[in-house]
Amino acid sequence: MEAHISLFVKSIFIENMALSFFLGMCTFLAVSKKIETALGLGIAVVVVQAITVPANNLVLSLFLKEGALSWAGVADIDLRFLGLICYIGVIAAIVQILEMVLDKFFPALYHALGVFLPLITVNCAIMGGSLFMVERDYGFGESVTYGFGSGIGWALAITAMAGVREKLKYSDVPAGLQGLGITFITAGLMSMGFMAFSGVKL
Amino acid sequence: MAKKNVLTDPLVDNNPIMLQVLGVCSALAVTSSLQVSLIMCVALTSVVACSNFLISAIRNQIPSSIRIIAQMVIIASLVIVVDQILKAYAYEISKTLSVFVGLIITNCIVMGRAEAYAMSNPPIPSFLDGIGNGLGYSLVLVSVAVIRELFGAGKLLGITILPTVNDGGWYVPNGLLLLPPSAFFIIGLLIWAVRSYKPEQVEERDFKISFPVRY
Repeated sequence: MEAHISLFVKSIFIENMALSFFLGMCTFLAVSKKIETALGLGIAVVVVQAITVPANNLVLSLFLKEGALSWAGVADIDLRFLGLICYIGVIAAIVQILEMVLDKFFPALYHALGVFLPLITVNCAIMGGSLFMVERDYGFGESVTYGFGSGIGWALAITAMAGVREKLKYSDVPAGLQGLGITFITAGLMSMGFMAFSGVKL
Repeated sequence: MAKKNVLTDPLVDNNPIMLQVLGVCSALAVTSSLQVSLIMCVALTSVVACSNFLISAIRNQIPSSIRIIAQMVIIASLVIVVDQILKAYAYEISKTLSVFVGLIITNCIVMGRAEAYAMSNPPIPSFLDGIGNGLGYSLVLVSVAVIRELFGAGKLLGITILPTVNDGGWYVPNGLLLLPPSAFFIIGLLIWAVRSYKPEQVEERDFKISFPVRY
């Protein structure tokens, strides 16, 4: 249990997806102009991340790993080189299914998240979460914790960024730095702030 | 003439990172060493060019409702090829790049160019467009990596240029440049530089500030 709590905290703060691994930057920079939309996207990422990382963990341990196919009678096959295409397929399918389920059973939530769901398929934070899970050899339990935590970390970062940008639009920024330039520098300062967590040992 | 523009436009006039805000993730993450960034540039440029070519070649056969999945499959297969080649011939570097090779799949430049250019243009111009955008990406990546490695560690491609104090030289390396936040600052300043040079790229303000304020 302790290990899970420390992994959870670590994936939110110390190894923040957006600010220390730069994952999901495109959406992070593009959709952070308003707090409401940023929060909506953040929640969508948490949900998708918490589902896809464990799902990809199952795909890995039941189909791709060496000897994983022994239940099908073929024991010595290592299909890990097919990993990338499987993970992205799983992500795309889950996002699609989630969209349909939300549309059917939770129309209010669907309308709140609707526009962001398709965007999430190509969000590197989602794919990155699955790839980190593979690289670090997480078990099923750990991958649930990691998926949930890293999603929350990303949501936290984009919401904070949107808060800063909402105030920033009233500032007198030099012409060439207006827009994208100042956003990058703000993100850099936030990333320095998050570096303060890197000394935390868990 | 037209082909030349397709190739050179993305370098400064329509740079994928600085203007279209595509593919920023890897640009920030892999740039702490020049060698790694060069490998990443080659990998990305070849994937964009080939995926643009292939997608454009079959663009009339792809039904528009499932085109995203079709593009994904093509891109993912190309990335698997690149990943396997790197693992076979440059194992150390593929370890350093870790997940970022896999993340070429979700790199917005690849998807963005497939969607915006390859789906509506013939194969050869699409191929050139892919190379052009890959080079535009490489330009930013390499310039950021040169600044970070030269001033952060005093080296370029592992060769000492500025002898650091620790090795008995005179240069005190700026450790911050090797850490993640510096990439944001360098790209931000790079955007500032390019936009001062080309003022037509400057974005409109949401709120105009008027001087002098009259009471």
